[in-house]
Amino acid sequence: MTRRLLADRVFVALTALAVVVIVGMLAVILGNIAIHGGERLSWSFLTAAPQVGMTEGGIFPAIFGTVLLVWLMTIFVVPLGVMVAIYFSEYAHRDSWLYRWTRQAVNNLAGVPSIVFGLFGLGFFVQFVGRGIDRALFEGELTYGQPAILWAALTMAVLTLPVVIVSVEEALRSVPQSYRDASAALGATRSQTIFRVVLPNAFPGVLTGGILAVSRGAGEVAPILFVGAAYFLPHLPTRLNDQFMELGYHIYVLTTQSPDVEATKPLLYATVLVLLLLTFLLNLTAIALRNRLRVRAAAER
Amino acid sequence: METMREFPRLNTQVRARQDATEEKSTKVDLKGVGIRYGDQSAVKDVDLSVYRKLITAIIGPSGCGKSTLLRAINRMNDSISGVVTEGQVLLDGRDIYHPGTDVIELRRRVGMVFQTPNPFPKSIYDNVAFGLRINRMARSRADLDERVERALRAAALWDEVRDRLHRNALQLSGGQQQRLCIARALAVEPEVLLMDEPASALDPVATAKIEELMFKLKKDYTIVIVTHNMQQAARVSDYTAFLLSGALVEFNSTAQLFTTPGDPRTEAYITGRFG
Repeated sequence: MTRRLLADRVFVALTALAVVVIVGMLAVILGNIAIHGGERLSWSFLTAAPQVGMTEGGIFPAIFGTVLLVWLMTIFVVPLGVMVAIYFSEYAHRDSWLYRWTRQAVNNLAGVPSIVFGLFGLGFFVQFVGRGIDRALFEGELTYGQPAILWAALTMAVLTLPVVIVSVEEALRSVPQSYRDASAALGATRSQTIFRVVLPNAFPGVLTGGILAVSRGAGEVAPILFVGAAYFLPHLPTRLNDQFMELGYHIYVLTTQSPDVEATKPLLYATVLVLLLLTFLLNLTAIALRNRLRVRAAAER
Repeated sequence: METMREFPRLNTQVRARQDATEEKSTKVDLKGVGIRYGDQSAVKDVDLSVYRKLITAIIGPSGCGKSTLLRAINRMNDSISGVVTEGQVLLDGRDIYHPGTDVIELRRRVGMVFQTPNPFPKSIYDNVAFGLRINRMARSRADLDERVERALRAAALWDEVRDRLHRNALQLSGGQQQRLCIARALAVEPEVLLMDEPASALDPVATAKIEELMFKLKKDYTIVIVTHNMQQAARVSDYTAFLLSGALVEFNSTAQLFTTPGDPRTEAYITGRFG
């Protein structure tokens, strides 16, 4: 065998090895979590509150807080993201400076580390907006000027905005131009065309964008560290300015703040498993929806 | 196929004689129309009269600017960035490029049928009702039903779809989809109907139906059809304009243009020497 051929074989083997290592690592991580987490996972774990200094009980408040957080976030981010996507796809001229700059801004937003969003949320939403509301409406009494689920949801909305914009814009662009032409030729205004033709046909894409945002948001901890996530709360959040417990943050707490690390371990594994399942499920739904959209768009062209 | 071609051509000559005796008036008047995409000229200095309740065909080889010219009549070129239109397009004597023109109202008055059938992915009923709804033309639910039926009848589609009005329009055949698009355009009661190669994506039988339909529509509408199919122009139109590289070479009654072309380029084109 020549040296050249040998080098070729070695290189192929190396790439294969790299793949095996990656897949193996993933298998170890997931397997480890599934086995250890599965032991502790039960209905009562999902429905009970943490007890005995978090060494017993369940994670219901954290699940509740996570769901409430991403739900509020979706309410903020989807309409805003859809509006921006409509501007990009339907109104902006591709070569105008406004389009290029805003486009670039959205790309940059997607690249900002999430902890920076957390600090932004603290500085802007809590200190500036929250305190401002307190001064204006509550005579300076601390009401909204403190970490709260409202501010966490808004911070998370800013973080997930690029995800929504990109996927909704893709969906809008996949609506055939011939539909827009047909609508315009019948005397529809541009907004009539958008609301009656473009958006209804892009609906699965809007849904996909929402779900991707939720799945991104559900997995983030850093942005909510300073703006509302609580170590432990005896009751569930009921108002917009309440603090809340959250799955990702709860994992951080269980790992680093537990009085008895060994006793918390099974709970920790089970919590991680729940968070993983939740985000996987959301991602799968988004992928399935997107595939349906693509198939349909291709069939109609 | 052969007989189908021969028969309507005889018809054309009979009709041309009839038309000559009727009084004709101009519905759309193009005066010195030039259209540029950026610095590329697509249409140059075209003067053309479209007569009321007659069919005017615009023929010419691919890329000669005939679709661009057609789209100038309902200002559909507006949505393409970088397009500049010069000259005047008069609809009933009023320039539609005048700054005060209501483009929305213009497009209601000047309907359009596109090259590829493009029904919305909605029901047959909702497709026809679309224009009526956005223009708020129906006074009541019953009125809407009636207008939808009238438009479908006018497009010779009613009998084929009356039992499945609420099925998805994309289930129709290509020819039916195109007639649905015609019905959709007719529903808003336009005065002029622009047809951009309406049969180019259709088989001969569906094409014949569309052409037959055009004869009927001529009673009520002024029609401008763009086609690269000379036989089609000869079969359906009363007047024909021949466009070459964006310039109008010849405009005459269809009978004259096809029997005694005035320009050697027209003769070369209609006898199939190029294009």
